[in-house]
Amino acid sequence: MKTRVGREQDLTVVYGILCLVLILVVLQLWLLMATMNAFLGGDDVVVWPAAFASLACLGLNLGLLRSLYRVGR
Amino acid sequence: MSVLHPERGPRFPDGRPEDEQPAWRQDFPIDLPQDVFVARRDYTKFLLLTSFAFVIGQFWIAARSVLRRGRGRPPIAKVARIDALPVGGALPFNYPGPNDPCLLIRLDDRTLAAYGQKCTHLSCAVVPKLDQGELHCPCHVGSFDPATGRPIAGPPRRPLNRVVLEVRDGVVYATGVEERTV
Repeated sequence: MKTRVGREQDLTVVYGILCLVLILVVLQLWLLMATMNAFLGGDDVVVWPAAFASLACLGLNLGLLRSLYRVGR
Repeated sequence: MSVLHPERGPRFPDGRPEDEQPAWRQDFPIDLPQDVFVARRDYTKFLLLTSFAFVIGQFWIAARSVLRRGRGRPPIAKVARIDALPVGGALPFNYPGPNDPCLLIRLDDRTLAAYGQKCTHLSCAVVPKLDQGELHCPCHVGSFDPATGRPIAGPPRRPLNRVVLEVRDGVVYATGVEERTV
């Protein structure tokens, strides 16, 4: 079992990870809105790069969730 | 465990060790920091689900763009005779499909314009108010410039789809649709 200090440090790391995940999700939301606007305006150029950028954000988020589980152990 | 190492074991709201807690709390020793940690972890999992939904949305748009590219150019269609439309008048028609309402507008003797009738905000039908110099969307009070189709007031941010026109022997033909972001 971890000490109190260890747990508090863990919580700080958890908050850090949570902030990063939040920033990435907001970035994805912005990306989706911008892509939708471009697509409805007839501009297809950005569609695929934006889809892969969003996928990369999901990958980062999965990595962060994995590290969150490691912190909890 | 908590007598020898008071810093170990569950942490209680009043800060006292486990054996000094009331019996009910000893029976249900909830570790508050651990509880907070689990709540944050569950929240992060929910955020990841949202992130996954955004990726699905992005790939859905990408798939739609591939389908749209495969459709090719719209056909050339006769809209109206030019003398059937007075200056300052508007004529509804459907182009390129029967479910795509458009408006043909005669701005002056020599100038015609045609736009998709769907408002770029939430797809309500815009109505011509050419005496007031606007194409008006009654749903959320949006306005578009009849000369360019660009938004001039209200929530719409993108211009109306422009129908490309051609006049041959006094007859107006629609030859394509131009979607625009600005």
